[in-house]
Amino acid sequence: MAYENSTGRKLFHAFNYTFLLLTSLLCVLPFVNLLAVSFSGSAAVSAGDVAFWPVDFTTSAYEFALEGGDFLQSLWISVQRVAIGTIVNLVLMVLTAYPLSKTKDKVSGRNIYMLFFVITMLFNGGLIPSYLIVVKTGLIDSIWSLILPGALPVFSMIILMNFLRGLPEEIEESATIDGAGAMQILVRILLPLLKPALATVGLFSIVGHWNSWFDGIIYMNNTSNYPLQSYLQTLLLSFEQLMMKAGRDYTQLLAMMNVRTGRAAQLFLAAIPIMLIYPFLQKYFTSGLVLGSVKG
Amino acid sequence: MLAKLKRQKSYHLMLVPGVILTFIFSYLPFYGLIIAFQDYNPGMGFQSPWAGMENFQHVFNQPNFLRTIWNTLYMSFFKIALGIVVPVFFALLLNEVARSLFKRTFQTLVYIPNFLSWVIMAGILIDILGSDGFVNTLLGVFGIEPVSFLGSPSIFPWTMIVTDVWKGFGFGTVVYLAALTSIDPGLYEAALIDGANRWKQTIYITLPLLAPTIVLMSVLSLGNVLNAGFDQIFNLYSPVVYETGDIIDTYVYRLGIQQAQYSIATAVGLFKSVVSCIMVALSYVLANKVAGYRIF
Repeated sequence: MAYENSTGRKLFHAFNYTFLLLTSLLCVLPFVNLLAVSFSGSAAVSAGDVAFWPVDFTTSAYEFALEGGDFLQSLWISVQRVAIGTIVNLVLMVLTAYPLSKTKDKVSGRNIYMLFFVITMLFNGGLIPSYLIVVKTGLIDSIWSLILPGALPVFSMIILMNFLRGLPEEIEESATIDGAGAMQILVRILLPLLKPALATVGLFSIVGHWNSWFDGIIYMNNTSNYPLQSYLQTLLLSFEQLMMKAGRDYTQLLAMMNVRTGRAAQLFLAAIPIMLIYPFLQKYFTSGLVLGSVKG
Repeated sequence: MLAKLKRQKSYHLMLVPGVILTFIFSYLPFYGLIIAFQDYNPGMGFQSPWAGMENFQHVFNQPNFLRTIWNTLYMSFFKIALGIVVPVFFALLLNEVARSLFKRTFQTLVYIPNFLSWVIMAGILIDILGSDGFVNTLLGVFGIEPVSFLGSPSIFPWTMIVTDVWKGFGFGTVVYLAALTSIDPGLYEAALIDGANRWKQTIYITLPLLAPTIVLMSVLSLGNVLNAGFDQIFNLYSPVVYETGDIIDTYVYRLGIQQAQYSIATAVGLFKSVVSCIMVALSYVLANKVAGYRIF
């Protein structure tokens, strides 16, 4: 490998590593800056002294977030939303994907059902009609308004369906001969085999529910029903009001933290769960892509 | 025969919950689209008086609306184009890295922003791009006047394009890297014997073999030409940049949800849905023809 040792190649590697390192840092340093700001004193932040390490270290921005009430309340709503929403998604996806993984000889009207679901991927009624339906169903201000409209994620369902199609048919046939019903086969035999695919689509759901903010804003009239991301969205505009609302002496509060440190702390807290499941996301999102493109 | 019928019945029963929920939350809004042709009045609901094409005529005569179409196309074009070029370029460079530890680390770092919501990303961007934020402090060190990244109409669209690519290119990188690793190493060995250097190998082997994936990704992004990124722009724009930053989706939101002009907002939404539907359908057909990719 004389070529690998040529000067040109070495020079290329030097540039390449530098470039890749700088680009990678560009993706991470904003978060480091956010973290540093959230732990810094308000004066240092205002003066622009904070880069990647806290100046005048303080945890007051975090104390404010965790004692303020609004943050914790919306966090709790988000936790409920992720838990219920993901379970609802998974149950509906499995129940739908299984019959659709059969041919139309085995499930009459299979292709019509499929078309029924696929159309919703191509065309949607848009913002206002969807909003009016949620109003009419009486779900406004209920956590179900965040769960039911997206209860069956069609793309993920298709991933599951393709996965089911890839399983050998003999598995089901032998169970059928033993007299097992369709539901029994699904729950007892197929579900355990589905685990990797369920992990993939489950993670899609978890991230989707955790990150959703817009439905919370339009479907919740009462801001105390906002999930975390919707609550954070309102903070982008009005963190000062939140600080004034806190009841404590505003000027005293301002000495310890300001809009930027306070907001940074809350944004960082909201990013933690995603960072925690990131290793799994990285693993399964790529495999999900591969699963999704299995030929139907 | 009886057992077969029973089995059929259980398949159809499994489909019931998904069908009902999809019908309510995806198909009923289609019916709600009729208000685009009505003069909607919340008291009368869907029995509001008919208005024919008036809403469409009205909206297409609004200079503000034509402006949003231009802004949408402008930003989505560059987001799509750079959203392909940047990850391909990055993946090619990453592929030259021999040590898998470095390769994985770089990949891991650039993939993180992809999983965080635009609310969190917007919060970070507002902080670091503000007049006393980190980026302007840094520019100040080099004697550059503070730049109003989010407040200047001429800069705003490019702030959106660059930050969108920044958030999303890690995903593309993972996709292209997966395609690169599946290239037969024997081809490179043969090329090396023929005296092709690394650059020639890239031009004559890597790029042609990567082309189907690039074409596929480009074709699939066709469906997004009218989606210039609501989540991003809604969280970062302000009235000062409406001139260049307002897109169809943000326009519909302000018209419909904030000003309660349901009929006009629905008309705009319907226009967008129809165009998007054609583009998505076209993209699926092309993806199948060009790359043999089928999702269903």
